[in-house]
Amino acid sequence: MSAHLETIGEIASGSGDRYKYGFVTDIESDTAPPGLSEDTVRFISAKKQEPKWLLEWRLKAYRRWQNMKQPDWGKLNIAPIDYQGATYYSAPKTAEGPKSLDEVDPEILKVYEKLGIPLGERAALAGVAVDAVFDSVSVATTFRSTLAAQGIIFCSFGEAVREHPELVQKYLGTVVPRGDNFFSTLNSAVFSDGSFAYIPPGVRCPMELSTYFRINQAKSGQFERTLLIADEGAYVSYLEGCTAPRRDENQLHAAVVELVALAGAEIKYSTVQNWYPGDANGAGGIYNFVTKRGICRGDGSKISWTQVETGSAITWKYPSCILEGDNSVGEFYSVAVTANHQQADTGTKMIHLGRNSKSTIISKGISAGHGQNTYRGAVKIMPGADGARNYTQCDSLLIGKTCGAHAIPYIDTRSPSARVEHEATASTISDEQLFYCLQRGLTPEESVSIIVNGFCKEVLKELPMEFAVEAQKLLVVSLEGSVG
Amino acid sequence: MTKLLEVENLHARIAGGRDILKGISLSVGAGEVHAIMGPNGAGKSTLSAVLAAKPGYDVTAGSISYGGADIADMAADERARKGIFLAFQYPVEIPGVNNTYFLRASVNAIRRERGEPDLDASQFLKLVKKKMSLLDIKDDLLKRAVNVGFSGGEKKRNEIFQMAMLEPKLAILDETDSGLDIDALRAVSDGVNKLRDPNRAIVMITHYQRLLDYIEPDFVHVLANGRIVASGDKSFARELEKTGYAHLERAA
Repeated sequence: MSAHLETIGEIASGSGDRYKYGFVTDIESDTAPPGLSEDTVRFISAKKQEPKWLLEWRLKAYRRWQNMKQPDWGKLNIAPIDYQGATYYSAPKTAEGPKSLDEVDPEILKVYEKLGIPLGERAALAGVAVDAVFDSVSVATTFRSTLAAQGIIFCSFGEAVREHPELVQKYLGTVVPRGDNFFSTLNSAVFSDGSFAYIPPGVRCPMELSTYFRINQAKSGQFERTLLIADEGAYVSYLEGCTAPRRDENQLHAAVVELVALAGAEIKYSTVQNWYPGDANGAGGIYNFVTKRGICRGDGSKISWTQVETGSAITWKYPSCILEGDNSVGEFYSVAVTANHQQADTGTKMIHLGRNSKSTIISKGISAGHGQNTYRGAVKIMPGADGARNYTQCDSLLIGKTCGAHAIPYIDTRSPSARVEHEATASTISDEQLFYCLQRGLTPEESVSIIVNGFCKEVLKELPMEFAVEAQKLLVVSLEGSVG
Repeated sequence: MTKLLEVENLHARIAGGRDILKGISLSVGAGEVHAIMGPNGAGKSTLSAVLAAKPGYDVTAGSISYGGADIADMAADERARKGIFLAFQYPVEIPGVNNTYFLRASVNAIRRERGEPDLDASQFLKLVKKKMSLLDIKDDLLKRAVNVGFSGGEKKRNEIFQMAMLEPKLAILDETDSGLDIDALRAVSDGVNKLRDPNRAIVMITHYQRLLDYIEPDFVHVLANGRIVASGDKSFARELEKTGYAHLERAA
């Protein structure tokens, strides 16, 4: 617990400089030449000493991607992306992958310390096992042996490919197929690392698993791939956090996350996304174009997504659930903040295949400054999903007069016994609410914070406690100066 | 000795509008209870808003001094931390914010201003229990979100409960009696009476005479057309009961 609180302390103490993670670290990197071709794909695969099947898999993805077009259906204004100008592989330079924490470059450890991420055994107090991804490679995984004792595998993706190829081969691309969409296909071709976890049947993972992503290198994209499998009756809670240095140009982050829950298994996936959002005029910032999808493959399985999106210049993501098993459950809890010139087009897809499958969507969008915030969600009840139910609640909070909130729900039911509910509200922080808080002695910042956190409460309460506190502070920092 | 609150020749308006207060002078000492009465449109709510520095109001002339210092430039939240409390006519709902959590944030903001340490959860709870028994407040009120789904009476009781918790030097009660049935009015008035204190000044603004049957003021002022047109002590209140204040209003 204490380790996470350090992160919070750091955020809370930051006042003048709003984005606290904008520092750049000078670390020798092993970097692919800029540009994208089959050679780049081969370079990455060779660097990672991958088996031939995986190289082939990547190449197929690359060839398919070449014939794909960047989609433009999002309610987003995206500056052209120069895919040939970016760097697709950047790794901190060490001869071999680190075997233990002692072998990790102290500079990198310092960066994570600055971020407040517990890499050392200090993390024991936090009960969190951390896999940290720095640019493209996974730097260190803590607590491996504790987890291994229960048969839990938690390691970098690259390591999983080497040590557990049968599991990777069995599940990779089964939830987000290789050629699913433009950005995920690009990821399939050039993904560099990420996290992998497997929880064996009947095991309840004794600690939160956690990944921190960091983009350090200039002009590099980050394409990590996460694969989580909860075998029958297993349970795991997984946390993901992200930061990046402040840079003037946009950087692309196109990740893919695949979750597989077998019968009776439960996966809880929480994200606090704080990529660099760009400056107050909208220059720079991360393009966060991510494909996240989970499948409830077995009966009675459950996947729950919780996300707090405060960073990135543009966020474009729809953590989704395919509810294949009977009585399976999908949940999506989201807070998305767009301040200054940030844009977000985010939501979820709930695809009901199993009988009596249930889904819940709670989306809270907060817009300030010139921020544009779109909720886009699809609820699909397929034939045969008898007795399926969905409840959607979609609330928007507007701060100021120059921002926008939009809701685009798609509902498609093909089962007569399905029940789908959708509720939506849009509101502003009223002058009366603000004055009420001020009159009780709270500063204008505290007042906005308390009102915003109240608005987000239904989502924040889904986060593990330390993360919830961090998320609350982040919301405050993100909206600083939004109310004049 | 200067009084706790000295208002002199105060002119004020809603930003961009015409003056609503047209020269109010008022002097309120610690331990005193003042009633300000008047018809609709007299400027009662504007007076409470301006005393609490509600954004959107401009003071165009005159002065307000509090505790011997001019507070013209003091923002609403600072005034609150310095001990000026406004019980709202229409308490505002804040969805998702737990009433107890809100109150603790408020209590601690004010304590910090006084140079006192924050109350931790258990100290705070003790204080809550003490004040709850004083005012006969049900604890389910504290578990709900601030004013959300409260009845009219519950909202007003909650305001008085906040006053008890925050222990202000100057409490302004803005039409606290409005919208209350007789039982709720009695309960709220009992609460206010228990909070009368030699170190606390209370200004109650009301449209209705009946409040004075429950909270007996030391001084009564009649506000009409943006000015105080008549003032007196307790006996003046009784006199008003007979004559009403319509004739004073006409005189203004």
